[in-house]
Amino acid sequence: MRLKTTLIAAAAATAFSVGAHGATLDDVKAKGFIQCGVSTGLAGFAFTDSDGNWDGFDVVFCRATAAAVFGDPNAIKFTPTTGKTRFTALASGEIDLLYRNTTWTLSRDVDLKFSFLGVNYYDGQGFMIRKDMGVSSASELDGATVCIQTGTTTELNLADFFRANNMNYEPVPIETNAEAQQKYLANACDVYTTDASGLAATRATFEDPENHVILPEIISKEPLGPLVRHGDNAWGDIVRWVLNALIIAEEKGITAANVDSMASADTKDPEIKRLLGVEGNYGEMLGLSADWAVNAIKTGGNYGEIFEKHIGENTAIGLARGLNALWTEGGILYAPPFR
Amino acid sequence: MSSSGQPPPEPFRVSQLLYDTRYRSYTIQIFALAVLMLAFAWAIDNAVRNLEALGKDIDFSFIFETSAYDINQHLLDYDSTSTHGRAAVIGIINTILIAVMGCITATVIGVLAGVLRLSRNWVVARLMTVYIETVRNIPVLIWILFTVAIVNEVLPGVRSFRGEDAMTGLLFDSVFITNRGFYIPAPVFEAGSAAVGVVLLLSMAAAWYFGRWARARQAATGQILPVFWGRLAILVIPVLLAFFAAGSPISLEIPALKGFNFKGGIYMRDSLIGLWLALSVYTGAFIAEIVRAGILAISKGQTEAAYALGIRPGRTMSLVVLPQALRVIVPPLISQFLNLTKNSSLAIAVGYMDATGTLGGITLNQTGREMECILLLMAFYLAASLTISGAMNAYNRSVRLKER
Repeated sequence: MRLKTTLIAAAAATAFSVGAHGATLDDVKAKGFIQCGVSTGLAGFAFTDSDGNWDGFDVVFCRATAAAVFGDPNAIKFTPTTGKTRFTALASGEIDLLYRNTTWTLSRDVDLKFSFLGVNYYDGQGFMIRKDMGVSSASELDGATVCIQTGTTTELNLADFFRANNMNYEPVPIETNAEAQQKYLANACDVYTTDASGLAATRATFEDPENHVILPEIISKEPLGPLVRHGDNAWGDIVRWVLNALIIAEEKGITAANVDSMASADTKDPEIKRLLGVEGNYGEMLGLSADWAVNAIKTGGNYGEIFEKHIGENTAIGLARGLNALWTEGGILYAPPFR
Repeated sequence: MSSSGQPPPEPFRVSQLLYDTRYRSYTIQIFALAVLMLAFAWAIDNAVRNLEALGKDIDFSFIFETSAYDINQHLLDYDSTSTHGRAAVIGIINTILIAVMGCITATVIGVLAGVLRLSRNWVVARLMTVYIETVRNIPVLIWILFTVAIVNEVLPGVRSFRGEDAMTGLLFDSVFITNRGFYIPAPVFEAGSAAVGVVLLLSMAAAWYFGRWARARQAATGQILPVFWGRLAILVIPVLLAFFAAGSPISLEIPALKGFNFKGGIYMRDSLIGLWLALSVYTGAFIAEIVRAGILAISKGQTEAAYALGIRPGRTMSLVVLPQALRVIVPPLISQFLNLTKNSSLAIAVGYMDATGTLGGITLNQTGREMECILLLMAFYLAASLTISGAMNAYNRSVRLKER
């Protein structure tokens, strides 16, 4: 009887947490803000500034989505999620949208029942190690103690990588980036592994970034992007096209500074006209106002501007565009046509 | 004719269900039961419907799928090609390991601290008060994080044992205490060690028999034999003889620095050490209070009577007071053991892969089967707790007051 009671209590607890789903767009519009899930703190990508406001690469994409829906980039609330809690938070309806360096994989898409809406950062898993360890390649890591963030694809890639190369390692599972950083700096692990962008971001916060190297091997593909629940098609379309709009804006040279003049001025390019709502009724198709893309671009500029401001080569993070350059400039960033 | 008999029973009326105390309690109980069952039915129905709306079914087949992740501390064979079920078992064994280690040390710490808190020595008693009051008034999670942070930050790194002015290990360079955990020598059993084991078992039986015989003799003749030394001799001498006769088949494997880490020996991880210390010290403080209460519950007359018979204070405690105090101590001690076992699920905070870390952590996250994993996890903790309380209740029956 006691066992039964416990099982039922568990069922009840789960049941209560399953709340809103289905027409998320209506829910979002009704409550007047977007609940966006972000990382608990990753320099450059999602962090709180000295005034307690969220900022960062992923955060700006969330805000741009809010601006597109409500015309106000601050109509948003952020929920910090760990690698472990993020999917439960999204599935249960606690958040409407997850922008948290999340890798697009088949099982997450199909089995966890989420819809990935594009890629805002093409990443790959790398290793960071102290320079004075004298290691120059990941193939020399046999026997190393490796700190990993638990609940991530990196955990699985790491197991695959060491097995494929017939090497041993000692995994140290860690809940958040901050804890991993503390363990790594205390020398409780030799190597810290996560997405290369995350490594660069973490290294930027060290006192002595020059004494740590990121090994050249990238052992996986990590397309990071936003996701919503399955079945949220109308809501998912908005998130997808806000991301695409920011990429197209870079392609067309629309920036936060010139977006207003572009929208009003007599631009020749019909795609710009369509994007900025001067021509056609694309906003209406999405269930938004005509100037949704203008608001989104005003939030933090186009994709390139957001990248340069938060994680680009002139920031402490210092990431090169690499794969994340536009397709016209040697990268693989490519948005479908806006028509 | 039946003038003195009982009045004929009144026919039952419905209002009696409410106003007659004989029936009222039944009414209330049945009503409460109905409400409870309705609540459960609603909860289950709600869960099923909501899961359906999310497009999720309840399916336990993930247990047989490949886990694809590694676990650092595994007492059984395990690698990333094993199944999720195997990973859960590894986690469960890790939970049991920390629970057993924790319960033993917590009991030792608790009994010592509880007895010492009653010490006549003012300093010792106050020190124990400070320990108990500090430790049990700070949440256990904070203690766990604190202990592991101390292990990580204060102890020397593995690299301090390398290079020119390298540190040397303790005990003839065989035990290495680092911020990644403790590396201790491991016994290596070669052919012939079975014989030594058999001799050890035989000597243990002999030592036990010797103790019984000595007690019977003391009861019969009043002579006291040196039981401790006798037992020690029976235990050690034959085993040593067998050990050398078989050609020293058991040796120690000393950990040695190789590559990034020490290799060989037994590796007790920083997370295990930190968690173990924190749980023991924390639960020990509660057990100390239970022990103190148990001792204070024994009438002072017992101690005075023992003193009057000329029994020394230490023996009074161990022979007169503690055996009686056990009756008061054991029942609340059970719940402390349960608490420790359940608190071990905080292990994930420091990266110790217990059942919550594997089944309720990585497996849950990688398969997305929250409901199933949590149900299995709850079933495990329930089974573990019931086993502990069953065993401890059996022990309680053996020490309780036997009325003849």
